[in-house]
Amino acid sequence: MKRIGKLAGLTLALALAVGAAAQPADAPFASTYQRREAPPLAIVGARILTGTGADLADGTILVRDGRVEAVGQGIAVPDGYERIDGRGRWVTPGLIDAHSHLGVSSSPQTPLSGDHNEGTAPNTAEVWAEHSVWPQDPQFRLARAGGVTTLLVLPGSSNLFGGRSVTLRNVPAVTVQEMKFPDAPYGVKMACGENPKRTFGARGRSPATRMGNVALFRRAWIEAADYARRIERARSSGGEPPRRDLQLETLAGVLDGDILVHNHCYRADEMAVMIDMGREFGFRIGTFHHATEAYKIAPVLAREGICVATWASSWGSKMEALDAIEENAPMIHAAGGCAIIHSDDATLGQRLNQEAGIALAAGRGAGLAIGEGEAIKWITANPARALGLADRVGTLEPGRMADLVLWSANPFSVHAMAERVWIDGAAVWDRADSRYQAPSDFLLGQPGQGAPR
Amino acid sequence: MIARLLALLAIAAWPGAAAAETVAIVGARILTGGPAGEISAGTVIVRDGRIAAVGAELAVPAGARIVDAAGGVVTPGFVVADSTLGAVEVSQVPASADRASRSADISAAFDLSLGLNPDSILLPVARLAGITRAVVTPRYEGGGDRLRLFAGQAAVIDLGQRPDMVTRPRVAMVLQMGEGGAERAGGARGAAFAALRTILEDVRHFARHRGDYDRGGGRPQTLSRADLEALVPVAEGRMPLIVQAERASDIVEILAFARDQGLRVILDGASEGWRVAPAIARAQVPVIVDPFANLPHGFAELGARLDNAARLHAAGVDIVLKAGSGAAHRARELRYGAGNAVAHGLPYAAALAAVTINPARAFGVADRIGSIEQGKEADLVLWSGDPFEPLSQPRAVFVRGVEQPLTARPLELRDRYMAR
Repeated sequence: MKRIGKLAGLTLALALAVGAAAQPADAPFASTYQRREAPPLAIVGARILTGTGADLADGTILVRDGRVEAVGQGIAVPDGYERIDGRGRWVTPGLIDAHSHLGVSSSPQTPLSGDHNEGTAPNTAEVWAEHSVWPQDPQFRLARAGGVTTLLVLPGSSNLFGGRSVTLRNVPAVTVQEMKFPDAPYGVKMACGENPKRTFGARGRSPATRMGNVALFRRAWIEAADYARRIERARSSGGEPPRRDLQLETLAGVLDGDILVHNHCYRADEMAVMIDMGREFGFRIGTFHHATEAYKIAPVLAREGICVATWASSWGSKMEALDAIEENAPMIHAAGGCAIIHSDDATLGQRLNQEAGIALAAGRGAGLAIGEGEAIKWITANPARALGLADRVGTLEPGRMADLVLWSANPFSVHAMAERVWIDGAAVWDRADSRYQAPSDFLLGQPGQGAPR
Repeated sequence: MIARLLALLAIAAWPGAAAAETVAIVGARILTGGPAGEISAGTVIVRDGRIAAVGAELAVPAGARIVDAAGGVVTPGFVVADSTLGAVEVSQVPASADRASRSADISAAFDLSLGLNPDSILLPVARLAGITRAVVTPRYEGGGDRLRLFAGQAAVIDLGQRPDMVTRPRVAMVLQMGEGGAERAGGARGAAFAALRTILEDVRHFARHRGDYDRGGGRPQTLSRADLEALVPVAEGRMPLIVQAERASDIVEILAFARDQGLRVILDGASEGWRVAPAIARAQVPVIVDPFANLPHGFAELGARLDNAARLHAAGVDIVLKAGSGAAHRARELRYGAGNAVAHGLPYAAALAAVTINPARAFGVADRIGSIEQGKEADLVLWSGDPFEPLSQPRAVFVRGVEQPLTARPLELRDRYMAR
């Protein structure tokens, strides 16, 4: 019995790996993440939001060998499973933060700890966020206590191309490689609008305007296309390939469709320009981040299949964020688009569920009939899609990686606590068990660490 | 006299300056926050902008407009502390912000109650979160003069969008200590205390020798005349000093300093307050708490925890909750913060007090607002459910007895694009 289960799991894993845009086996800085072996478990009698839209009362979920084995109502619990009483509680997929700077913008903030904005040139596509990640950032544990199991860690937005993103499993680790989500596609961070033009305009150099932003973007894509052509020519003719260029390599990866575009862009008109620029150079924008005016062009974004990662509450910090509304995500959702609630903030990132609740309430207030089963997608299935991981995480379907959260109450409530959190079927957080609450190395010996915080 | 008359005429002509009417809010669960406690189904009667009566069985006065509140919850309007509502429109547009003085001569003398904007688009947004009053509090911005230790003076305002929006000006003086204060004083905590002691001595000397000072005599002073004058009520213990500090040891030192100097203190921040909660309680010092502050963001906040509010309250400290780390645009998070404090152990009634009567008391306006009591100004919110839950929404908001429109610029944007 046990052998058959394992074999089935292995076959499934292989099938999933083939289906994804896997990195080549010799990819540098390869993931050393290891799923922790854990006995099979069953959560029984919980309200389960599966991330597929289903909302199951009195549901049962079975987890075995790191994968969701079964989910539904009236499922019998086989012998040998740890049985967890889910009555009065809610289960959701592990939350996915599609916009995080944990590890690269760490706590404590010290004069030299900011590692997220290279920002020394308009284009720093050559930098990789993973080379800045500090796994001892105490904020990882706080996010874990908020049910976050996967994070997209992005470079900052001070320049046009901020660098490559990295997708992390939110597990305690000493090296970033131990956290890297195996075979997750890379992304590149791009930024429109005020940030790049402010950064460089203030230094008396380009870009100083939005048109300058776009001109430099286009120049970079022209160079990237040329680089890709030279590599292809060398490959087909057997000639000498161009010297490896990390910056152009990342951009050429976008043109090849291997690297996803994560575009910080607030205003509707700028998003429309970026979409057209993608057409001009033959790449797709995967996700607009922040995108506070996405609701103004919701049908366009839905039609283009571009995800919108946004907040409910944040607004007014700058002119381009002035028109933010709480209903942004629900309006994208209602238009048939891919709505995501993200954090971009280590405090908010502990309460993605509540932020989604604020958006949900605003959507309902606007007359949009959205159920909890749908709204949970904003912090699970939809960010999984934005990260290129929709076939692996973000939903509770048989075969998916078993990332789950057991909530003490409706997760859209201020009273909901993530009581227990699992990644790949292994417990990583338990509010009632101090073994899962160990602080990072940095906080050892500091006051007040013997509590969930 | 003529100027005053003109000002009154101008106020009367202000758009939306609706006259207070007689209203009966009927059938709600009422969390009065006052001596009447919680009323499971009751009536609030509002007349002439004030609460005329609250109780379980009240006759509705003839001619009163009835607000059917069945199934709803009525609370006092919330008071958001440490805010800059009315003093900023867009955070990164300096010309739209009046929340900080960068003048070397106007630090303590900076009076935030002057120059506020009742037409700010932020006010209706905050109101939709049940906030009817704010303690607007000056900020520090830029480097400025080394001795610009004080940010200025806070005020209590109402969110009814009238030109006379100031409930009470100059309710407290703002002083940053701890890491920020050390930086301001030249790089060390000890220097900040020395600078503060020197300034207080100067202020007291100034208060005794105003005549000499005006004649150009007296001794050299560290501050401008305006700043010295502004600090006299602080030095005399009449005006509270809002002291921003996080580390437990900073808090203990400030309490001792305040006792020696006869200062009244309100602590702001106090991430590690829970570690010295009994000392704070003994000193009868209120604490403004950010209920979401748990990041070890600086070396003064390594012990920051989400149960800080609960622990301070349990030790007997009067706590006041703030929102969005003080950012005006994020005022609407106040109610969620209160809910999270409850989730982390703060009793519900204490959380409600921390956003109503406690700030009113700390800033000297508890005789006018902060609870649903006969005679108080009628700041009331009717909620669809638990006011601390995101899934609840306000059904009616009254400021000084005037029902406010449930609209705001973001909702107008929503409706414009929903209709497309």
